[in-house]
Amino acid sequence: MPDVTFTVDGKKLTAPAGTLLIDACRKACIEIPAFCYYPGLSLQAACRMCLVRMEKVGKLQTACTTRVAEGQIFYTDTPEIAQVRKANLQLLLGNHPLDCPVCDAGGECELQDMTFKYGAGVSLYAEAKNHREEQQWSPAVFYDRPRCILCYRCIRMCGEGMDVWALGVNNRGADSAIVPNGAGHQLDCEQCGMCIDVCPVGALTSGSYRYQTRPWEMNHVSTVCAHCADGCKVTLGVRSTPEGAAIVRADNRDKSGINGDFLCAKGRFGFDFAGSDERLTQPLIRNAEGKLAPATWEQAIRTAAAKLKEIRDAKGGEAIGVIGSNRLTNEENYLLQKFARTVLGSNNIDHARTADYPTFVRALAGHADKAASLRDLASAPAILLVGGNPTEEHPLLAWHLRTNVRLNHARLYIANSAPIKLDRQAKAVQQISADGYRKLASFLVHGESDFAKTILAEESLLVVLSADVSGKPLADLIAWGLKRGNVRFALLGAYANSRGAADMGLDPALLPGYVPVDKPGPFAEYTNLPTTPGKNFAQMTAADSGLDALLIVGANPAAQTKLDSKTFLVVQDLFLTETAAQADVVLPAASLYEKSGTLTNTFGDVQMVRKAADRPGVKPDFEILVRLAEAMGAEIAKLVPFGKRGTTGDLGQSRGAEAGEADRHAVWLEANNLEPRLSPFDPFALFDEIARLVPGYSLDRINLFASNDVHSAPPAASNFVPAKALIAPARDTLFTSGTLGRYSQSLQQLEQHQTRKQAKSAAD
Amino acid sequence: MPKLVSHPDEVKIISRRFGQGAEKIDRYIELGGYEAVKKCLAQGSDWIINEVKASGLRGRGGAGFSTGMKWSFVPKQSAKPKYILVNGDESEPGTCKDHLIFLHDPHSVIEGAIIAGLAVGAKMGFIYMRGEYRTLLEIMERAVADAYARGFLGKNIFGSDKEFQIITQTGAGAYEVGEESALMESLEGKRGVPRIKPPFPAVVGLYGGPTVINNAETIATVPHVINMGAAAYAAVGSPRNGGTRLFGVSGCVERPGVYELPMGYNLKKIIYEVAGGIRNGRQLKAVVPGGSSTPVLLPDEIDIGMDFDQVGKAGSMLGSAAVIVLDDQTCMVEFALRTISFYRHESCGWCIPCREGTDWLKKSLTRIHAGFGEATDIDTVRYIAENMLGHTFCPLGDAAAMPTIAFVKKFRQEFEDHLNGKPCPLAKMGLPQFTVV
Amino acid sequence: MSAESISVFSPKLEARLDALVKKYPVKRSALIPMLLYAQDEVGYISDAVVAEVAIRIGITELEVRNAATYYSMLRFKPAGRYHVQVCTNISCMLRGGYEILDRFRQELGIEPGGVTADGMFSLEEVQCIGACCWAPAIQVNYDDHDELKPDLVPGILSSYRGKAKAEGKTPHA
Ligand SMILES: Cc1cc2nc3c(=O)[nH]c(=O)nc-3n(C[C@H](O)[C@H](O)[C@H](O)COP(=O)(O)O)c2cc1C
Ligand code: SF4
Ligand code: FES
Repeated sequence: MPDVTFTVDGKKLTAPAGTLLIDACRKACIEIPAFCYYPGLSLQAACRMCLVRMEKVGKLQTACTTRVAEGQIFYTDTPEIAQVRKANLQLLLGNHPLDCPVCDAGGECELQDMTFKYGAGVSLYAEAKNHREEQQWSPAVFYDRPRCILCYRCIRMCGEGMDVWALGVNNRGADSAIVPNGAGHQLDCEQCGMCIDVCPVGALTSGSYRYQTRPWEMNHVSTVCAHCADGCKVTLGVRSTPEGAAIVRADNRDKSGINGDFLCAKGRFGFDFAGSDERLTQPLIRNAEGKLAPATWEQAIRTAAAKLKEIRDAKGGEAIGVIGSNRLTNEENYLLQKFARTVLGSNNIDHARTADYPTFVRALAGHADKAASLRDLASAPAILLVGGNPTEEHPLLAWHLRTNVRLNHARLYIANSAPIKLDRQAKAVQQISADGYRKLASFLVHGESDFAKTILAEESLLVVLSADVSGKPLADLIAWGLKRGNVRFALLGAYANSRGAADMGLDPALLPGYVPVDKPGPFAEYTNLPTTPGKNFAQMTAADSGLDALLIVGANPAAQTKLDSKTFLVVQDLFLTETAAQADVVLPAASLYEKSGTLTNTFGDVQMVRKAADRPGVKPDFEILVRLAEAMGAEIAKLVPFGKRGTTGDLGQSRGAEAGEADRHAVWLEANNLEPRLSPFDPFALFDEIARLVPGYSLDRINLFASNDVHSAPPAASNFVPAKALIAPARDTLFTSGTLGRYSQSLQQLEQHQTRKQAKSAAD
Repeated sequence: MPKLVSHPDEVKIISRRFGQGAEKIDRYIELGGYEAVKKCLAQGSDWIINEVKASGLRGRGGAGFSTGMKWSFVPKQSAKPKYILVNGDESEPGTCKDHLIFLHDPHSVIEGAIIAGLAVGAKMGFIYMRGEYRTLLEIMERAVADAYARGFLGKNIFGSDKEFQIITQTGAGAYEVGEESALMESLEGKRGVPRIKPPFPAVVGLYGGPTVINNAETIATVPHVINMGAAAYAAVGSPRNGGTRLFGVSGCVERPGVYELPMGYNLKKIIYEVAGGIRNGRQLKAVVPGGSSTPVLLPDEIDIGMDFDQVGKAGSMLGSAAVIVLDDQTCMVEFALRTISFYRHESCGWCIPCREGTDWLKKSLTRIHAGFGEATDIDTVRYIAENMLGHTFCPLGDAAAMPTIAFVKKFRQEFEDHLNGKPCPLAKMGLPQFTVV
Repeated sequence: MSAESISVFSPKLEARLDALVKKYPVKRSALIPMLLYAQDEVGYISDAVVAEVAIRIGITELEVRNAATYYSMLRFKPAGRYHVQVCTNISCMLRGGYEILDRFRQELGIEPGGVTADGMFSLEEVQCIGACCWAPAIQVNYDDHDELKPDLVPGILSSYRGKAKAEGKTPHA
């Protein structure tokens, strides 16, 4: 659209013809109040807050539906408009309960803010207000009708935004009320809580947050969701408690980051695992009776270190295995593999793989810019989705796909072995057999079916591959796309840092950045680096692994397989999982919400994790590893290059809310004759090394530290043959999140609520 | 069965077949029915639109927009089917004229709809009738079936190459559905909430196709315009207001009823001569000239011609030409309250000023009526109404605000008389009790 | 849900509704009439009616409720066999609409919104029913009675009682 020039309050503005006046004004910092208008959702013109005067037009016009054209003249700040806004608010407040002192939204309420700004401070209303009882629609959502201003944002967000359509409006006039879809005022939906999020007042409130706190009593920490591999940016509301700091809320109201305002149920409600009563807060050591008994950190570290050292010194590093995690930060995973390779001297390191990233990276090697960022999904004109069910497994990806189809008319093509909800947005759906992914490349190459033909006719294409595609079929598909040109790819793993775990070298054959251990290149600077590939995850977790010791950090293989009972087992975890329960030494770890560092989502977008909560008794895995290494007699400054040689500044992230923490670090440093300028427990001490050594990870730090997502390119050159490895896609649902999800009461309740609904409708 | 009335001053055009058995198709034909449509088939679309324009026919639904002009806005070419929509929702209190057309002359609506279809190139029409008109709907359904049987409706109407289908539809109780876009929503099986305009129905209407929506009386008038010729029809009325109108006179008169009079006929005469004056020898107190939405007129304001322009000049509106007459036994506060109760009941609730404004007005008026008001309440009532006016999503908000402002302005003393613990002396509805704290 | 869900509608109504959905260019246009016709037979919009109508139109029950609750003639509680709707809007009020309502109150011993113990009558105060010039007016089910006087009320009621006896069926719902 060509630009047009028009005048608002005497200011000349320019915008593409057809832009909504409200958007044009807001861009020019002219405030137009609005309740019903919400960017990206359909227009309502219902709240009438945005009325403005347009020259030569008799009636006031709604800025939310007026499209700008050349030469128009508007007034938005006249006494007439001020009166309209004030009167409209007076009308609204007439039936509004004004229970702001106890309302969750108090202090963050658009109605409060507008009343403050536009007046209506005196009540003209002498009548009894219409009252209705509050309703609980689900464990997550409560509805307080008297507070509702009927802006219809929730209905549209649920319908248009989420494609769930679980909310409606019943009755009419002043009796109108928002209603959920289930019988008995029950909400049968994806429980994303987006309705709560967009509610401008406190009519929809969250089961977990309501009546917990006042917004100004919280600190707001911007970090990344701990659950799936999409990596939504999330703002955690944190309140100090006598013991530390607890998370009371999660949202993304500043709409920044790759997810805009989106969060799913896990991101919004599933933070409560961190505050679970089942958290381990004391190290445990298996005693003479074979029982796990509480111990001090000192004892636990010493016991574990001594045993590991003894085995290493006696039998060599190959006798020890290390398993890392899909939920550790990049810095921790990097440190873990470095610890394994340089302190233990072993390539026996791996993690539970949820997608075949090595093959993905290998296939794309040498082709710049072919790995898509999650942001690209929001704007790509054509997308081919192969396998998987993003609505359940990658809610943010599904959101972007829906929104892109809805707002930009993107064309979505789906090849899947089962129907999925996104079929509703698809232009074409190709049903393939469960093992059909193997043949998909040749199916597309031959281009005989209508489906293939339409896809081949697309000028550019973004191919999103589920974890079901791995090994040769994955390589074949990418090869097909690269040959075609103008095709980009993404591969879908499962957890918050599944991609980072692979990128950071939790692999028996590959160093960080997919550098083969036998040709270590820059990693030659590692001392003691063994150059033959070690044991993989399956071998290490087998009942006859033959390993003398196994260090498992943030993983729970015992949930699936029986571990070797003869192995000395050290486990770092949040909970007494099946794996931790078998350990000889258990070290209570901090969760992702209690530490700092970076994460890489499955699209390779790197984001900053910031410490929000604090839990006494636990330590970040980073610190635990440093302490273990130290206790084994390793040279710490080599493992974590801190102090003079290390990063240039102290970013202080791991010091946390407890002031004593920093002091303890200082004491430890002094005791070890180390420079107390930058702690070796600080993950940022590894930043420079990762940027220097790991291909693809020399990132734009300004943006990263500003909590923006920064795309990491897969290494430009790779010279390895991907090993055959077990890929176990997680197949999580909206309310499950591996072992972690089992410790979130909110998610458990939501899952129960939803299964109860389904069971009911299936029976009748 | 509603009583038919008559008066020598009547000019019977639309009502000429009332009471003649014209609901039967043969009788309708005998009385000259379906001739106009044959003429139109011969003449073609531009001719029809020009005739209707020249006749000065203005919409009988309330707003009084030129019917011919409205038809001319429909694009000639359209990818989507075009539709004719006959608005038979007739829910404005005081209004019952379409009632008689459906009862006595259903084929005139069918014939008018066919002509409108020929004019704009629509092949399908809908007759939407309010849910309470079930017996009238059945009459209309029979008429439509008869017209199909004769080949007047269907693929090749009257043996021509033109197609026209008619579908009847019932509402289920909602005044707001009379608003044109809300009616389309209702017809599409949804809540009767109006649509954002533009786009206007002539461009994007029912099922997204260009749509002409007209009041049933407007449509029923069209065959007469064609038969009489535009000039003759225009000549019956006053300047810029062609033809006659069905005036429904209700309330405190001796002979209430629906009278067909030329546009511009004197309001005072309607009350005192046509309708026989104020009943029981009472005095006139006020007149609501065009349905409940129109501002009330005082006895000294009614010496005016009843057409869109003259009533407008007098500070009210001709609206649906439903003249409601109030005598000196009527409490204006109560009348205002009953009027507002209606809008409170009918507001669709979409926009804040109408939804909250009508609710608040009803509550305040209820309290004032019961004698529990305070001096500031009267100003508050006016303030609310004035701030609704012109700011709502559709004209229903205005329809509630306009009469309220007029009641308070013109009968302020009566409102004040209700204050200070003095409940309504003339109350017809019950008086609620309030606890004063 | 009760036995209702096995067969909500009579075969005759089923046939009518089958035809109804085919009447329009878009199926959903049948929604409002379908609800009204269903109510005529079942007596009100029960949960079972909502469920069945949703299936027939191919929309969700929520969508059915969104629309149904908008329209004031559709009710969600059983009414009497004869539903007496008294207009008290302005034209009727001016000619005694409230007196008529009061008389029905007395004769039936119920308030607006109520149903007589025998299920024969229910009473409702309604907005304008389009009979303003023949006020005061009422509707009993879909029958109009206009130019009423309070003293005509007992006669109207007994005529419906007689009608019920002649038809012999028990009140619905
Ligand atoms: C709240 C509201 C209710 C209306 N009710 C009716 C009605 O019952 N019947 C009608 O013909 N027009 C009604 N109208 C007017 C219609 O919107 C529309 O203007 C009319 O049907 C057009 O027909 P006409 O040009 O023939 O008058 C109503 C308008 C509003 C705003
Ligand atoms: S003015 Fe607003 S609430 Fe009232 S009927 Fe129109 S849109 Fe609905
Ligand atoms: S934002 Fe324009 S009417 Fe609500």
